[in-house]
Amino acid sequence: MAGRTLFEKIWDDHLVAAPDGESAIIYIDLHLVHEVTSPQAFDGLRLNGRTVRRPDRTLATADHDVPTDPLSVPVKDPIARRQLEALEENCEEFGITVFPRGHENQGIVHVIGPELGVTQPGMTIVCGDSHTSTHGAFGALAFGIGTSEVEHVLATQTLPQQRAKSMAVVVEGHAPEGVTAKDIVLAIVATLGTGGGAGHVVEYRGQAIRDLSMEGRMTLCNMSIEAGARAGLVAVDDTTIEYLRGRPGVPSGDDFDEAASRWRSFVSDDDAVFDQTVTLSAADLKPFITWGTNPAQVVSLDGVVPDPADFDDPDIASTTERSLAYMGLTPGTPIKEIPVDVVFIGSCTNSRIEDLRAAAAVARGHHVADSVRALIVPGSHRVKSQAESEGLDQVFLEAGFEWREPGCSMCLGMNPDQLTPGQRSASTSNRNFEGRQGRGGRTHLVSPVVAAATAILGRFATPDEVNS
Amino acid sequence: MKPVHVIEGRAVPLERADVDTDQIIPSDWLKRVERVGFGRGLFSEWRDDPSFVLNDAQFAGATVLVAGPRFGTGSSREHAVWALMDYGFEAVIAPSFGDIFRNNSSKQGLVIAQLDVHDVEELMALIHEDPTRLVIVDVEKSQVEVPQTGWIRQFALDPMTRERLLNGWDDIGLTLRHEHEITDYETTSHAPTLAGVFDNAGHVQAH
Repeated sequence: MAGRTLFEKIWDDHLVAAPDGESAIIYIDLHLVHEVTSPQAFDGLRLNGRTVRRPDRTLATADHDVPTDPLSVPVKDPIARRQLEALEENCEEFGITVFPRGHENQGIVHVIGPELGVTQPGMTIVCGDSHTSTHGAFGALAFGIGTSEVEHVLATQTLPQQRAKSMAVVVEGHAPEGVTAKDIVLAIVATLGTGGGAGHVVEYRGQAIRDLSMEGRMTLCNMSIEAGARAGLVAVDDTTIEYLRGRPGVPSGDDFDEAASRWRSFVSDDDAVFDQTVTLSAADLKPFITWGTNPAQVVSLDGVVPDPADFDDPDIASTTERSLAYMGLTPGTPIKEIPVDVVFIGSCTNSRIEDLRAAAAVARGHHVADSVRALIVPGSHRVKSQAESEGLDQVFLEAGFEWREPGCSMCLGMNPDQLTPGQRSASTSNRNFEGRQGRGGRTHLVSPVVAAATAILGRFATPDEVNS
Repeated sequence: MKPVHVIEGRAVPLERADVDTDQIIPSDWLKRVERVGFGRGLFSEWRDDPSFVLNDAQFAGATVLVAGPRFGTGSSREHAVWALMDYGFEAVIAPSFGDIFRNNSSKQGLVIAQLDVHDVEELMALIHEDPTRLVIVDVEKSQVEVPQTGWIRQFALDPMTRERLLNGWDDIGLTLRHEHEITDYETTSHAPTLAGVFDNAGHVQAH
């Protein structure tokens, strides 16, 4: 028998039924729920007299709407407050564990799953959120779904699915000093384009991927959807297993060793065949930034704003022109001469402890430029507590950053953390769409270290410039 | 959902690529707990611009949206589909679509017709030539037609989605025909559950 890819192994393990002429039905091991994409699904259950089949495979947290003000400040937006209440009521009614605002385990859904150890290798994981791909860092098949599918999983613990194609994205060699996981994934999205991964599950391979920490792999898998792929995967190795050891949802003692030996099988076989392979050389990578209004519009920090005239394809030229008009940029402007108004360090892409440590190392002993508002929004209460125990909050506060409560925050501006029209941000989040961070806001996606350096210098900058 | 056989109506050309779901329905609208009323939020940031195509009176009442490549990429929000349908659209024609958006559409009965990029350009040209032209999206025949012009194009529709659209089947009902197999699967699965991990208040229980 020919070898199987990691994706094929997980798929085969979860096949419940493959009825003739119909989509396959696959089993879902873990369903993560949040306030925004679930209320209509719970309503659907009630309308049809259905229950939640497996509350013990369902976990909910508040993240998208929550304000990041001190917890003593009530939720002022009545519509958001109603939605947050609805999540708690629905979870109470259907017997689901929920972490509301202020709970010690609350945080961004794609931060808490891994840190609580409920995300484990070989599992199928879904959530009504496209960045569910994050959990693929653990060798789990994880993808985002819509509200109808949320209802379907609540009711049946399964999903009808057409099997995706497999794609290997190989990043060969070690990444140069100063290149982070965010830079790697921006380069991948730029290479594949926003639709290049459509219909595929991507497995990230190669030395530069193996070198990444689990936090880095989560950043990488998180943005798979930005290349159109529903899921990203990284094979299990020692890094995966050491991250999981001791986490709450993970077995301990001999049971851990037994689980770990099973987890080690979640790698692609040597003779597995991918439907498509794309190769990048890590040596070519640099710190990157998006300049436009889709995440494939990427340039290096030492580059310049592109000129529509440089593109032969008239469609790309007109898209470029449109993006530049929205972004208020002039072709040929050096990236490092562009001033910013707001710096946001947070989101399911880059709000984990390692991200905060990296940003704090840049910020230590410096001060945010007078013209800049800089926010740090930890991904969860656990991340926040860990950072505070290491004194990172003091580093940020002394440097003039705001130290806020956890949530999705300015990544998508569903809470009060928003850009105002025309404001330009350096953001560690995942989408630079028009209006994503607030109506008329102009978003540039960067790594946490570039964001920190940019906050200090008041213009796009790399960390080496802060100390020079 | 209601069965869908043939959609016949006027069409709006939205000549943009990469129309992501944040543009279709901005996140501010996602705080609502209802499933209806999202039509007012459809493309709301673009609708402020009087020259935006949906503000063009000659396209009022159109039921077919024709758009550029990679329509519906980005966020998984099904609200994008609810907004399009609440506004009155019954079909979207484009050269390519975001995977999750395509899935969400099929659950609601919004017909997704993927045509070659040149065919979409031809269709847009026909609409510009005469905005009152009817466009027919036929699920049964998997084709798009502009009557009296001889312009007919087939689109790929997987047999299962086609059957579900034609019959208005509820996915959950379809899956529950396999409940026996789900139960069998559960008895053999080794995947961990959350049992014993958290107490009733969501705190981690000591091992």
